[in-house]
Amino acid sequence: MSRSFLGMPAFPRAAALSTRDTRLRANLTHATHTIRDKRAGAVAELDDWAQLRAAGAAIKDRTLRHLDHYLERLEESVTAAGGRVHWAADADEANRIVTRLVRETGEREVVKVKSMATQEIGLNEALAQAGIRAYETDLAELIVQLGDDLPSHILVPAIHRNRGEIRDIFRREMGRWGRPAPEGLSDSPAELAEAARLHLREKFLTAKVGISGANFMVAESGTLVVVESEGNGRMCLTLPETLISIVGIEKVVPTWQDLEVFLQLLPRSSTAERMNPYTTTWTGTTDGDGPRTFHLVLLDNGRTDTLADTVGRQALRCIRCSACLNVCPVYERAGGHAYGSPYPGPIGAILTPQLRGITGPLEQSLPYASSLCGACYEVCPVAIDIPEVLVHLRERVVEGGPVTRRGARVVLKPAKGHAAERAAMRAAAWAFDHPGALRGGMRLAARTRRLHPGRLPGPGRAWSDTRALPAVPAESFRDWWQRTRGGADRSRRGGVK
Amino acid sequence: MRVALFVTCINDTLRPRTGQAVVTLLERLGVEVDFPDAQSCCGQPQFNTGYRHATEPLVRRFDRAFADYEYVVTPSGSCAAMVRDNYPRIAARAAAEGRGRELAGAAARAVPKTYELTEFLVDVLGVTDVGAYYPHTVTYHPTCHGLRLLGLGDRPRRLLERVRGLTLKELPGAEECCGFGGTFAVKNPAVSAAMGADKVRAVTGTGAEAVCTVDNSCLLHLGGMLTRQGSPVRPVHLAEILASTEADAQRSGAAKEGVR
Ligand code: SF4
Repeated sequence: MSRSFLGMPAFPRAAALSTRDTRLRANLTHATHTIRDKRAGAVAELDDWAQLRAAGAAIKDRTLRHLDHYLERLEESVTAAGGRVHWAADADEANRIVTRLVRETGEREVVKVKSMATQEIGLNEALAQAGIRAYETDLAELIVQLGDDLPSHILVPAIHRNRGEIRDIFRREMGRWGRPAPEGLSDSPAELAEAARLHLREKFLTAKVGISGANFMVAESGTLVVVESEGNGRMCLTLPETLISIVGIEKVVPTWQDLEVFLQLLPRSSTAERMNPYTTTWTGTTDGDGPRTFHLVLLDNGRTDTLADTVGRQALRCIRCSACLNVCPVYERAGGHAYGSPYPGPIGAILTPQLRGITGPLEQSLPYASSLCGACYEVCPVAIDIPEVLVHLRERVVEGGPVTRRGARVVLKPAKGHAAERAAMRAAAWAFDHPGALRGGMRLAARTRRLHPGRLPGPGRAWSDTRALPAVPAESFRDWWQRTRGGADRSRRGGVK
Repeated sequence: MRVALFVTCINDTLRPRTGQAVVTLLERLGVEVDFPDAQSCCGQPQFNTGYRHATEPLVRRFDRAFADYEYVVTPSGSCAAMVRDNYPRIAARAAAEGRGRELAGAAARAVPKTYELTEFLVDVLGVTDVGAYYPHTVTYHPTCHGLRLLGLGDRPRRLLERVRGLTLKELPGAEECCGFGGTFAVKNPAVSAAMGADKVRAVTGTGAEAVCTVDNSCLLHLGGMLTRQGSPVRPVHLAEILASTEADAQRSGAAKEGVR
């Protein structure tokens, strides 16, 4: 994979382009509406969904509050089960560790199963630089990799592609990566899946090193939990001699019993299934069964900083189910690439700026990539109040304030380019707190209403390009009340001047 | 019963007839309506854009303006949601920043007395038939804040269903955001317009003469799009429908005759 997310334009610009891509819009609308309706059905089957959701949020919150404790517990259990634990503070360190571990095996090829953490750190690119080729084995990831493309959805990274496009990519590219696509491949789902299966099987059977992520890590036993639909993850975990798993530190759950809650919440929220087809749990190493060497790379990369923010930390509860993407009207129109990170949609809009820091133009634009409609919060199985965090991050963008970067408390300066808005907001707030001045302004607006332009200049132009501006009426409500109710005393009683 | 009308800044300046309709409607139902002059904006535009500190004086102002009232009624779902959802949050954050607990008192007083109009009618007055007459086909768009933050449920529908002469048309994809979102419409114009266009298509597809909501901010956005497209569909606030009577219909009918 030669592309990465770095250097993406800010959200509004990227979205303005993707919104015009009618094929993308059609693919996305179809896919997200289908899955969102199914999810609603699967969730409605359970009478205790609300309690499960609350339990999921509570377990995650408790774990995050004592994260240091559970991570140490996890390290002990993994070590006791024959694995080795490595700690990576940031992307560079994680990439260095993994590259070294692969080099030590003497191999130049690895098979990978979907791991968003590895996309987050740009592992494939780092491995490529070290002369190591990484093969994606998740079907959708394979499509993305063969298409020299970027993932655009958490669960279905190739959601922006339709079947015809996938057939073309397979026909064109498979041969360059291994077993070519069968002659005369059609765009029927069964034929596409079979082509991928044959192509991948070859990889599984020859690879000596597997790289994976995890949905959960159980602290008490050191168990890696991978939840999936295709079974490729299971092959990736069990066939190679060496397994390297890169896992964000927020993925730890204390006990097996806690897992019970998430194994109910996750499949219904993500694929609308009662139970996902494959749940693989893998603990350390066992003689004669599975990998002989197991490395767990625990990745921080901004997570501890996120944890330090009392409002924003709830983003770390996320179990990557993608339900919030599928209901998001903004995601549906803009597509996943506009979010400039492997975490698109509403969760991406709050996670990316927190993990990377709100300092670049993209990260500063993401908190505004939402109409605050609240649909994401409503579906989130761990009750992350995404709108609350969005507004909180907007405050950090426009007003600055205290944040934690690399473990140190720093005070962020307001982002550039908001000075005019800040002045306008303050002026409005002042006027709203001085009704006399407000009334004067309103009367002036009413009196000059014939002079008001039909289209706005400056930043308001985009608004008036597609929408007519509301006309200012001749008389405000305030003045109407004054005129018809005559400023009678009863309107004064509650008043302060 | 005496209630205070919180008309909200958008209605005050851009849609005064919505406030007038609330006054007409409530007085017809035997409620005495006051308009405390000291009121202004709930602070939502500032808060949602990230200017939380600028909203603190407005929380205080709201509290003082409505201090004498047991009920504050507003024809704006999103402003009611701002008070109920965010005032306590603003107070809590101020306290965390060491600015005393004074805002907490203001928020605690504001939250329980603030009612969106349909909540007030259905829950407090206990009426669904408000004696309205509106001989038109109407489709109802449940705005995001009314739907998700306030949980208005079927209250607006129950009120609409009892309006004589009115035919209610089902709106496909009703629960989807119209794309306004305050400053979102300015900061992400392309996506906002795409969402609005889809919503307008759904509205027009119902064949209704009017689209109605409990929030004029969404209606200004949709109305602006409808106007730009030359669509005859009218944006109407629910309060204006509920305030209409046979007499109004006759009067406007007579006016039309006169024109002809
Ligand atoms: S934020 Fe919630 S809904 Fe979105 S992916 Fe994470 S867990 Fe799922």
